[in-house]
Amino acid sequence: MTGGEEEPGAAPPVLTFEDVGLSFAGVTAIDGVSFEVAPAELFAVIGPNGAGKTSVFNVLSGVYRPQRGRVTFLGEDILGLPPHRIAEMGLARTFQNVELFHNLTVLDNLMLGRHHHFGYGPLSALLWLGRARRQELAARARVEDIIDFLDLAAWRRHPVRLLPYGVQKRVELGRALAMEPRLLLLDEPVAGMNLEETEDMARFVLDARDELGVPIVLVDHDMGLVMDLADRVLVLDFGRPVALGTPAEVQSDPEVIEAYLGGAP
Amino acid sequence: MTRMTGRTGDLEAVAEPPRADPAAPRARRPRGRPLLYTSYSQDMALLDTRAKKVWLALLLGVAILSSGLPDDLLILLAGGYVAAIGAIGLNIVTGYAGQVSLGHAFFVAVGAYAAAALSGDPEGRVIGFGITNMIVWLPAAGLVAALAGVLVAPLAARLRGLYLAVVTLGLVFLGEHVFKEWDDLTGGPGVGRPAAVPELFGFRFDVDSALGTRAQSLYMLMLVLLVVFAVAARNLARSRIGRAFSAIRDRDIAAEVIGVPLTRYKTLAFAISSFYAGCAGALMYTITGFFDPGSFNLLMSVQFIAMILIGGVATVSGAVAGALFITLLPRLTQELPALLPFVSGDTTQTPNVFQIQVALYGLLIVLFLVFEPRGLFGLWVRVRAYWKSWPFSY
Repeated sequence: MTGGEEEPGAAPPVLTFEDVGLSFAGVTAIDGVSFEVAPAELFAVIGPNGAGKTSVFNVLSGVYRPQRGRVTFLGEDILGLPPHRIAEMGLARTFQNVELFHNLTVLDNLMLGRHHHFGYGPLSALLWLGRARRQELAARARVEDIIDFLDLAAWRRHPVRLLPYGVQKRVELGRALAMEPRLLLLDEPVAGMNLEETEDMARFVLDARDELGVPIVLVDHDMGLVMDLADRVLVLDFGRPVALGTPAEVQSDPEVIEAYLGGAP
Repeated sequence: MTRMTGRTGDLEAVAEPPRADPAAPRARRPRGRPLLYTSYSQDMALLDTRAKKVWLALLLGVAILSSGLPDDLLILLAGGYVAAIGAIGLNIVTGYAGQVSLGHAFFVAVGAYAAAALSGDPEGRVIGFGITNMIVWLPAAGLVAALAGVLVAPLAARLRGLYLAVVTLGLVFLGEHVFKEWDDLTGGPGVGRPAAVPELFGFRFDVDSALGTRAQSLYMLMLVLLVVFAVAARNLARSRIGRAFSAIRDRDIAAEVIGVPLTRYKTLAFAISSFYAGCAGALMYTITGFFDPGSFNLLMSVQFIAMILIGGVATVSGAVAGALFITLLPRLTQELPALLPFVSGDTTQTPNVFQIQVALYGLLIVLFLVFEPRGLFGLWVRVRAYWKSWPFSY
């Protein structure tokens, strides 16, 4: 592997993924993958279909439990924690196929992102006095900031199932941002988008990183986008790590070229 | 589209011209602009438009004036209001949280027996503790039923959809059997026991008094309680908890990944829903004064399902409308022989009103699901949209 050395005195990594192995009934999904994500880094994971990119995300968010390896987030071991606990620690993600709450409005979807930031219980909710009311109003103000940030104002009250696909992707990013994440996982944020929508999304991703300082792990098939945005890139093939380094290093790696284009005859 | 007075935060992407004082929203919106919200609290209010305020005031006015109706109608309506409390409860777990429950009759029964036992005569034939104050037995009945809901909830954490429906169906049969055998509590089938005594700090609602007849007192009591329960349910629906319920219904894996603990919230949905059911059960039989363990059967669960399907899934007003509709339906079909000469009021002849009544439940559920899945609430939305856009069809 190349690159990835930390400079001395650098801040501790937000996320470490150490020698993780995951298999389903003998089918290996991830095999010995290791990487670290530094604070405010934009880290990309690429690879052909079935390379294990989404599996990496599912391990991170607690949906899959790997058979070996270690994953720490903000210095804490998160393997075996239920997904909602990991979310509460500040790990937010979007999904490859949009996983929004389809009957709810854009506003409610974003408010749901703030679910664990509320501190009132069922009784307070039934009465809608004091705490519940104050916290809902404060949360609404934060959510409106995100609506402005992502240009979603026109769709605020629409149920998300009626929205165009590109907008749904944006709502999903908004829901993840509403969680006030300490790490953001984006699973193919521009899949199926046209050029204009892709550029919009790229701008939102960069802005999220620059303005909020949140580190991002990005999975995508759009090579141009990944190479332009990412600080470092991890290439996977059949669940194994092929290369890790800056975009320039990765692009010139013979193994990467072979994985993508096939070997010379 | 309306525009909020957005807080200028670090996330602001587009530079906006500075406002005079964005922190101080206008207290009142300008006249004639029902959708122009000038503060978030205005936007999040239950009655967020003038039209809703006027409609609700009208409906409540009609409901209060209706206390002048004949006593038999008042008793019927009071029963409808109690059924509405139960239907709102079922809508919380099935409509909002998406956990189909056919076991609602069981929780209604638990509440009814808890209240009856608490307020029953200590010297009587069946268990009784003599605490007749409603302020004690009503919440207690709700809490006992909620506890039953919490015990059933682990099933919901493991099963979903049709499987959960079948398991909760089993609950009804189990409960029916236990209640029929437990004579000390229920009086046994065909005999029954006296219901809870609706007494509040010495005032009896189930006897004629200086304030009105028995029917009028009960009617007003149930009306007030329905309003309280309905407002609480609306509050719940717009809170983090109601949103979490809807999230679980729409996409449970995504809900968990954004931080909604599934098991805890499914349990909570069952607990709150059963609390409503328990209170409804406790109140339901104060009207007749007596009840039999055979009442809590599958038909009762199906009636509650029919109420929320016909009224409108995941809406409080729909549950109320559906409950009133289902309660008044038998009364309406009784009038049929006068209108349609071929329908008989005699059970020995075919077609008679009772046959039509049973067939109507099924027919209505089918028709609503096919033509207006949003139920009566959906019909109302259509009417409203029609008049809003009149004379244009779109």
